[in-house]
Amino acid sequence: MELIWDGIRQAFLLLLGMDREVLAITWLSFQIAATSTGLALAVGIPLGTLIALTRFPARALVVSLINTGMGLPPVVVGLFVSIFLWRGGPLGFFELLYTPAAIVIAQFVIAAPIVTGLTLAAVQQIPPMFRLQMVAIGASRGQLLWLLLREARLPMLAAVMAGFGGVISEIGASMMVGGNIRGQTRVLTTATVMETTKGSFDVAIALSVILLAMTFLVNYLLTALQQRRRPS
Amino acid sequence: MRRTLYLLAAFLAPTLGAGSSAASAQSKVVILSTTTSTQDSGLLDVLVPMFERTSGYSVKTVSVGTGQALALAARGEADVALVHASSLEKQYVADGKMHNRRLVMYNDFVLIGPAEDPAGIKGMAKVAEALKKVAGARARFVSRGDKSGTHVLELGLWKLAGVEPKGAWYIESGQGMGQTLVIANERAAYTLTDRATFLAFQQRVKLPILVEKDRLLLNVYSVMEVNPANGPRVNAAGGKAFADFMVSPATQAAIKSFGVSMYGQALFVPIAGKTEEEIGG
Repeated sequence: MELIWDGIRQAFLLLLGMDREVLAITWLSFQIAATSTGLALAVGIPLGTLIALTRFPARALVVSLINTGMGLPPVVVGLFVSIFLWRGGPLGFFELLYTPAAIVIAQFVIAAPIVTGLTLAAVQQIPPMFRLQMVAIGASRGQLLWLLLREARLPMLAAVMAGFGGVISEIGASMMVGGNIRGQTRVLTTATVMETTKGSFDVAIALSVILLAMTFLVNYLLTALQQRRRPS
Repeated sequence: MRRTLYLLAAFLAPTLGAGSSAASAQSKVVILSTTTSTQDSGLLDVLVPMFERTSGYSVKTVSVGTGQALALAARGEADVALVHASSLEKQYVADGKMHNRRLVMYNDFVLIGPAEDPAGIKGMAKVAEALKKVAGARARFVSRGDKSGTHVLELGLWKLAGVEPKGAWYIESGQGMGQTLVIANERAAYTLTDRATFLAFQQRVKLPILVEKDRLLLNVYSVMEVNPANGPRVNAAGGKAFADFMVSPATQAAIKSFGVSMYGQALFVPIAGKTEEEIGG
C-alpha cells in the first residue's frame, strides 16, 4: 500500500517538476494514440456507414470479420506488423520498424475495426423509418447521409473513445514494433513495463497514474462533447 | 470536418516525419540488438549517448533475451549484437551469421535461495553439485525459461549436474531477470541470477547468495557484427563502428567505473583484448 502512495506522490513530482523525459513520453503516447485513432476514424466511419447502409452478398461474413477484428490481440497485430516492416519484409524498404510511425500503423490496425464496428452498429440502430421520412421530405443523398451521421453521433463518440482507449492502453504491439527505444519510441505503457522489470516499482506506478490521468482527461472531454446537447 | 483534418495532419507530421527522416538517414542509424541485462542495469544509458556523440551515428537499442537478440541479428534485422551466451554465440559465428566476435566485459552469476536453505548448498564451491542437491531435495527453483543468456547458462549447468530439471519444484517464469527474482522471493525458491540485477533488486529481494565464484558462473559479454549477407540494408559500417567503440580504451574505462557510485562496487569488469582462457582462471 505504502508503495502505491509513494508512486502517486512520485507521479506528481515528475509532472510538477516537469521531468522532461516523462513529459516527452507522455506527449509522444498521446500523439501516437491520437494519430492512429484519427486515421482509424477517417477509414472506419465511412466504411462502417457504407456497410450499414448497403446490402451485398457475404455481408454477414464481412460484419463478422469486423466484429472479430474488434477483439484483435495487440501482440498478434504487433507480430504481423513487425514481420511486414522488417528490413527483409515486404515493406522493409520504408525503414519504419522501431519508429513512432510503426506504432501508429499497428495501433491503426487495432483501432480501425473497433471504429468500423461501432459506427456500423450506430448507423444501423437508426430506425429505417427515419430514412424513409427524410427521403419523403426531399432530402438529397448527401443530406440524408449527413442527417444519419448526425443522428448517430452519440454512439459514434463512443466509437472514438473505444478506439482511443484501445490504443492508448495497448502494450504488446507498441513494444514489438516500437522497441521501447529511449527518446524515440518509448511510450507510457512500454516504459511502465520496463520500470517494473527493472524493479523501479514507484516510477512504474507514477507512469501508470499519468497514463490513467491522461486517458481520463481525453474521455472527459469527449464525454462532455457527447453530453453537451442531448438530442430529444 | 476540414478542421478535424488539419488537426490530424498536425499530429501526423511529427510522428510520421520521424519515420521518413530515419529512412533517408539510413546509414546513420545503427540497430543494436542486445539483452535485457545491459539495458536494465543502466549501462547502455551511459554508453549509447557516448557513442552517439563521438561517432555521429544514432543507435536504436532493441533489448530482448539473448536468444531473440541473436535470431534478429541472423535475419539481418540488426547491425550489431551485444550478448552473453558464449556457446550460442560460437554457433552463430560458425554458421557465418555473425562476424568478428570480441569479448567486452564480464560480470558473474550467483546462486541465491531462501536463508533456511532446504537443500543445504550454502558455501559449496561447485555450482553443478549444488544444483544436483537442489534437484535431489526437490526444492523449488525458478528458471527464466526464456532462452536468455542466463537461461542458456542454467541449462548447461543442469546438464553438467546430470539432472533433467522437471517437476513441480521446477518453475519456469518466462520473464526477465527482475521479475524472476521477485517470483523466487515470493515463492522462497532458489534461482540463478546475474550479480548486477541481484544488486539492483536488493531492496525487494531478501534471498541471500548461497553459491558464487565458481568459474562456470562467469558471465561474459561479447560484441559481434552482423554479416551483411543476412538480409538487405544491414548497416555493416555502423555495426563495426559500434563494436569498435565497445572495445575502445575510453569505453572500457567507463565500463570499469559504472555502478561504483550507486552500488559501491563495479557491476562489470572490462576485458577487451583478452581471450576466454585468460579470464577463466
